[in-house]
Amino acid sequence: AQRPEDIQFVPLNQTESMNGRQVIEFYEDDQHIKKFLHIIRDSPVYPVVYDAKRRVMSLPPLINSEHSKISLDTRNILIEITATDLTKVNMTLNILVTMFSKYCNEPFTVEPVEVVYPDGKKFVYPELEQRLMATTGEYLNGIVGIEKSNDEISELLKKMSLEAEVQGDKINVKLPATRPDILQECDIAEDLAIAFGYNRIPRVQNNEATVAAPHPLNKLSDIVRREIALAGWTEALTLSLCSHDNNFAHLRRKDNGDEVVVLENPKSSENQICRTLLLPGLLKTVCENKRYALPLRVFEVSDVVLKNAAVERGAQNQRHACALYASNEARFEIVQGLLDEVMKSLNVVSVVEANKGVRYCLEEADIPTYLPGRGANVMLINEDGSSLELGTIGILHPEVLGNFDLKTPVSAFEINIEPFL
Amino acid sequence: MSEELKLTILKKLDSEGSIEDTTAAFKGVSEEVVLGALKSLESQEKVAYVTLTTEFWTIEAEGKDQLENGSYEARIFEAVPAGSQGIAIKDLEAKFGKVAKLGQGKCLANKWVKKDGDSLVRIADSIVDQVKAGLETVHATGTHPSKDTIKDLKRRKLIKANKTVSYAVSKGAQFSTELKKQATDLTMEMMQSGAWKSAEFKKFNFKSLGVNPNGGKLHPLMKVREEFRQVFFETGFEEMPTNNFVESSFWNFDALFVPQQHAARDLQDTFYLKDPAVASSLPDFWETVKDVHEKGGYGSIGYRYPWSEDEAKRLVLRTHTTAVSAHMLNKLAQGPYRPAKYFSIDRVYRNETVDATHLAEFHQVEGVIADKNMSLGSLIAFLDMFFKKMGMSDLRFKPTYNPYTEPSMEIFSYHEGLGKWLELGNSG
Repeated sequence: AQRPEDIQFVPLNQTESMNGRQVIEFYEDDQHIKKFLHIIRDSPVYPVVYDAKRRVMSLPPLINSEHSKISLDTRNILIEITATDLTKVNMTLNILVTMFSKYCNEPFTVEPVEVVYPDGKKFVYPELEQRLMATTGEYLNGIVGIEKSNDEISELLKKMSLEAEVQGDKINVKLPATRPDILQECDIAEDLAIAFGYNRIPRVQNNEATVAAPHPLNKLSDIVRREIALAGWTEALTLSLCSHDNNFAHLRRKDNGDEVVVLENPKSSENQICRTLLLPGLLKTVCENKRYALPLRVFEVSDVVLKNAAVERGAQNQRHACALYASNEARFEIVQGLLDEVMKSLNVVSVVEANKGVRYCLEEADIPTYLPGRGANVMLINEDGSSLELGTIGILHPEVLGNFDLKTPVSAFEINIEPFL
Repeated sequence: MSEELKLTILKKLDSEGSIEDTTAAFKGVSEEVVLGALKSLESQEKVAYVTLTTEFWTIEAEGKDQLENGSYEARIFEAVPAGSQGIAIKDLEAKFGKVAKLGQGKCLANKWVKKDGDSLVRIADSIVDQVKAGLETVHATGTHPSKDTIKDLKRRKLIKANKTVSYAVSKGAQFSTELKKQATDLTMEMMQSGAWKSAEFKKFNFKSLGVNPNGGKLHPLMKVREEFRQVFFETGFEEMPTNNFVESSFWNFDALFVPQQHAARDLQDTFYLKDPAVASSLPDFWETVKDVHEKGGYGSIGYRYPWSEDEAKRLVLRTHTTAVSAHMLNKLAQGPYRPAKYFSIDRVYRNETVDATHLAEFHQVEGVIADKNMSLGSLIAFLDMFFKKMGMSDLRFKPTYNPYTEPSMEIFSYHEGLGKWLELGNSG
């Protein structure tokens, strides 16, 4: 490695000699090479390959020199790879060398090179070791689903360029250097299957019977979805990623930093965060369907994502149900009635109609998303009297409607349905 | 008013037998009103009518000019004096303006004049202004006996086509001079009063669509999901709990033997989280996973690269539901052996640029079977049965590669409509 200023050469296909820094500048606009400049650009030293006469052969990972360019008269070629991962470097070298050697004067030969590290360690490359993998006909047949003798298997593997030696029960497979992808016995089984032909394998089912079961949360969601659809609402399926504003500013809500999962590398502002409410998605749906006759009734029963430091992955989903009513008049009582029906289907009655058992009620609250005096928390009241906030219901604040480019009043509710599990 | 008109039409038919031309018979009544009355009477089968359309031509503005002052070419001809001197073209242009150019062409074409240097000279002694004559006929009669003349005048935009519509009316099968009010619907009052017995019902148009019920609807994708779910239930699958979109790289990649340098783990393809950024801990067998990646194990030589705990802790939005399958298999392994089949249909995320056929989030269908003595053959047989339940038969399989399955297969089926083999999915 040398300081960039101390490296001087004529890059491949160029005429001017440049130093390391100039090379970087020169290739800033090059379609292919500019993608790799960042790998060494800011390093105090750049890797460089010299020949015995101290002439630059290559400036990895960017470009070789004009001097060492291959021409029609070239008789001797040095294959050299510089990388940061020894395993990958060897794999690549093995494959390049083996594929290239076909064209040598004496085909399939290569002159080894000794690499000496500054600490004195010496290695001879290419390594080209032939690996051996032991397996059995029983195993291979079992994986593929055929019944071939060891000799037949050996013949099939030969078709895949895998030399196999049968020794009684065992099959010893010699793995060429060109097959670094073979990591264990199942890889050989795949090659056997390919040699045999996937579509020729006898199709015999031998699974034991098992009992089916739906996921309880999905079963619950389906009950709620059916109830809402039967009441005349249309189901929407909206995107779970949205912009920060959609979830907060546009709904007149504040972000306290503990609620929402933020993404690192979105390609657009529409993918900044994971939604914590279904409401913005449904409002966008109504906005996109303004040309249809009123009233518009849309709903969704789907997951939102909330931060949760208590779990390993730092976040968890929560299943919400949200329904919107958009019309010439807000008609709060309509979504209220729908909520009543949904609750009834979950065996929960309003406090208006019952005073014991599991009930729910609406508690008027000052919720910025809703019109003042027309917003409430939906509370679940357990048998023991304790209460749990399920969600909210109300007539949306005109500012919120404006933020979503809506011209008609909208009333809505959104609740967490997981407590009903 | 239209009731009156209808009665008038009926009475006229009664007294005269037929009406030859409604325009003549009902001067002053617009054609649409007449048509309305006729249609109504026809629906009761009281009359039958035939539409008569006549075309007539009117003179356009430019035509009027040429009608009064002669055609352009005639005017040019008149302006050219007799004799070999003729008149200079530029003098003509000065006198007539743009008409000069328009007229000259025709004049030369008709061989009324010829060019002589810069001048026009008469060839013919006298001419007949055909165009003006044609226009006069059209003006007088609204048409012209010669079709070619009409075509020519129309092409030169001197005349315009107009249509008049009229009707010839005759008696219908149910003709009578009475106009009874027809009932359009059966009502409760009619039933109570018995009026339905003597009511005449308007003929119903069965070639129509009914009223849209406008009820609730379930989402089409959810309906497809339901169908898949049914097939899974029919074949004994348990639904996996997939209600966690956030996953650690460990479960999404490392535990599935996806090396940390794999292209799929690039920033361009996976959504990494900024907050929270890393998992608080890794499961207790994480060191086993590290060893297999670094050195191998369980019969494998491993990937032999330095494995990073920090990289495994990075949180992502899951790129496949296989992450959940990994959790389930891990849990299954904790208990005594039992065969198991798991499935899921849920959202996954890829950090793609959105276009007409790609979204950043979409749904995946996944199934896992854990059983003894399973082979590629039994997997293929299972897939045959599974897809047949959805109407897709004749499956073919092609080798492919997944870091976590070996052997792996791509599943294809022949699509009759598109006439080609389509990839249905991936397995292994």
